[in-house]
Amino acid sequence: MIDLGKYAAAVLSSYGITLLLLAGLIALTLIRGARVRRHLDQLEARRTRNG
Amino acid sequence: MSLWEYANPQKFMRTSQMVLPVLTVLTVLCLTAGLLWGFFLTPEAVNFGSTVKIIYIHVPAALMAINAWLMMLVTSLIWLVRRHHVSALAARAAAPVGLTMTLIALITGAIWGQPMWGTYWAWDPRLTSFLILFLFYLGYIALWEAIENPDAAADLTSVLCLVGSVFALLSRYAVNFWNQGLHQGASLSLDKEENVADVFYLPLLVCIAGFVLLFITLVLLRTRTEVRARRVRALITRERMA
Repeated sequence: MIDLGKYAAAVLSSYGITLLLLAGLIALTLIRGARVRRHLDQLEARRTRNG
Repeated sequence: MSLWEYANPQKFMRTSQMVLPVLTVLTVLCLTAGLLWGFFLTPEAVNFGSTVKIIYIHVPAALMAINAWLMMLVTSLIWLVRRHHVSALAARAAAPVGLTMTLIALITGAIWGQPMWGTYWAWDPRLTSFLILFLFYLGYIALWEAIENPDAAADLTSVLCLVGSVFALLSRYAVNFWNQGLHQGASLSLDKEENVADVFYLPLLVCIAGFVLLFITLVLLRTRTEVRARRVRALITRERMA
């Protein structure tokens, strides 16, 4: 493992927080995308059924 | 072929569906290569020690925080002038991404500042203008959520975006305008003399490319969701009226 010396906490926490925030943003984007898509598919299917 | 063709939601959805897989692969490759290169394969800097490794996330995030707002400015202007819904939805989609980038820049800057300046925060021109930019992002997102009529929301948020652009530009040029404060000058410049050393510069460029690609990928994904959400609202309204 790479030796970061006395600044290890600063460097690792910066990377950790960044990766967490980016992972959260990506997860929220994908989850909301899937939810809206499912909702739209249901509405389109109902619309087709009802003519 | 005209750029305005992409203002058609169907054309936008078809094209974005085609480019998204390629963009996703490029994003993962660039981010992984840049961050691994910067973290594991670059030396410590004389003045900064190992904290120089924070540059590979701090600088790209700060760059994207400002450029995300400028992208929102362009799409907001297109909405105000030409009333293309996709452009207003793209601005809305970009805001949370820009907010996250601003937050990353602020947090990593504070963590980096502590060992270098002896403090997490100072009311330095660049730091303060970045904090104001962060608040503008929050206000912009809150305004979209607060107004039910999507066209009215797009109008008002576009005006807010115009006002906030002053602070986005100020964040970029604060160091040049006020030659004071703790924050150093730009790490990247067209003048090679002002750039960081090549050993840090090259992995930094790859990381920046990764962050730009991540931004584009996420904005495309989120804009697709906004286009679908708009269609959902239209269908629900039609059902209620039937």
